[in-house]
Amino acid sequence: MHIIESGNVAAAHGVKLARAQVIAAYPITPQTPLTEKLSEFVEAGEMKAQYIPVESEHSALSVCIAASSTGARAFTATSANGLLYMVEQLHWAAGARLPIVMCVVNRGIGAPWTVWNDHQDAMSQRDAGWIQIYCADHQQIIDTVIQAYYLAETVSIPVMVCYDGYILSHTYMPFELTDPEKIDAFLPPYKPAYALDPANPANLNTVTLPDIRPDIRGQMAPGYMEIRHDLHVDLRRAIDVTADIDKKFSVAFGRGGNPFLEPYRCDDAEFVAVCLGSLSYHLRDVVDALRKEGIAVGVAGVRLYRPFPDQAVINLLVGRKAAIVFEKALSYGNQGALYGDIKAALYPCADRPLVHNYILGLGGREIQTAHLLDSLRTSCRTPDAIGDKPVWLGLKM
Amino acid sequence: MKEKPFGYRKSHSEPGPGDGGRTGSWRVKRPVIDLEKCIPAKRNKPACFTCWVFCPDNVISRTIPPVIDYQYCKGCEICAEECPADAITMVDETIFIKE
Ligand code: SF4
Ligand code: SF4
Repeated sequence: MHIIESGNVAAAHGVKLARAQVIAAYPITPQTPLTEKLSEFVEAGEMKAQYIPVESEHSALSVCIAASSTGARAFTATSANGLLYMVEQLHWAAGARLPIVMCVVNRGIGAPWTVWNDHQDAMSQRDAGWIQIYCADHQQIIDTVIQAYYLAETVSIPVMVCYDGYILSHTYMPFELTDPEKIDAFLPPYKPAYALDPANPANLNTVTLPDIRPDIRGQMAPGYMEIRHDLHVDLRRAIDVTADIDKKFSVAFGRGGNPFLEPYRCDDAEFVAVCLGSLSYHLRDVVDALRKEGIAVGVAGVRLYRPFPDQAVINLLVGRKAAIVFEKALSYGNQGALYGDIKAALYPCADRPLVHNYILGLGGREIQTAHLLDSLRTSCRTPDAIGDKPVWLGLKM
Repeated sequence: MKEKPFGYRKSHSEPGPGDGGRTGSWRVKRPVIDLEKCIPAKRNKPACFTCWVFCPDNVISRTIPPVIDYQYCKGCEICAEECPADAITMVDETIFIKE
């Protein structure tokens, strides 16, 4: 069945179909309609879940950490400063290896205060140890939330499902609402390897010494560094798991097929624009226009941002003339974060393309198709003239 | 080689002696109970046990007399501070090392 609804409602349906058991969230624009919808589902008895109202985002994620530790499927969602308020628990959830799923409805962060879209919120947490997946439309939001549980529970790592505030969260689009039975057949129930149990008391993630130590049975227990090394190794292994789950999902539902980057007209492209989120669909129109001018250009939306799919980036971009990275965030004082990651991935390759960086749309500054068209055309026509530093698009003063 | 399961190692610990390592090595001063002053020892009755209550590492036994497990006593001096009979004195560890 197809319905026409907002991106936030698509996310709520994904959470419902995934049969999340504990939901704790604090409302923040533009995430609010998502949590409102979930509380409606729970209140109406359509969802068998505990909806726990909390007084802050820090508590929201703390509740999810506790719930997940007992073996429950937990969900939260936030945006911008709300995400920043839960940062301590964000790192905790990853270190504790809890398969929580969180929607981050991307919004710029203050100061100065803004409620509009960019990617700085999620980008600032790229090193927290969470998996980050970006969505470009409503169907991807609902499908990604469901797959996120599968992925998180397989690799014991929490997953952020990121989608653009307003551009996706508040606009209406048709999307397929898959039958719950089919989702149940796809997504196995959560069976944690370890769960809190009053019959077998344990301390979870207490002070862990710099060195390894014998535990109470005399067996060597890992130190902090071993635990953190495992997290990194498992994040890298999660790349293949993401692809496996995407394959299973496309076999079952006929959607997906691009777990790492979603290419458009890239097959014969000499130039490829790269970006996160819904901007890649906006750029498809720009690519079509430039193709008419005879420029061999394509666009690829990055879906999986952490762990970073280096090999897929290399496969897509090596041999092109230039990769043009459009970003709604940056690592202040340096360059666009995605730009840096892409350059790092390409560095070992002899036949690497030039890489350009455009910063745009911060705090909801309107992204005009004309700006995209002009900048992408310039990058394709005079690739050697752009240089290795971020170029800001749409600055007015 | 078979791949390891995801997240198979966690920093979880079960309650029991020694999970934080042999904390006895942290000790600079050792609490020593004077059984002439210690209330349960003196009266041969299960009384007081204030030190047992307060020891943050749970290394003092609730027995007559109370016994301190020096493998894990970290020498924090809380027992000596709390003892109502002034029965616990902190003695420099160097003295025991010399012995
Ligand atoms: S607190 Fe002092 S008096 Fe009481 S049991 Fe301990 S050592 Fe003895
Ligand atoms: S209270 Fe401190 S000094 Fe006294 S026995 Fe316990 S750990 Fe040792």
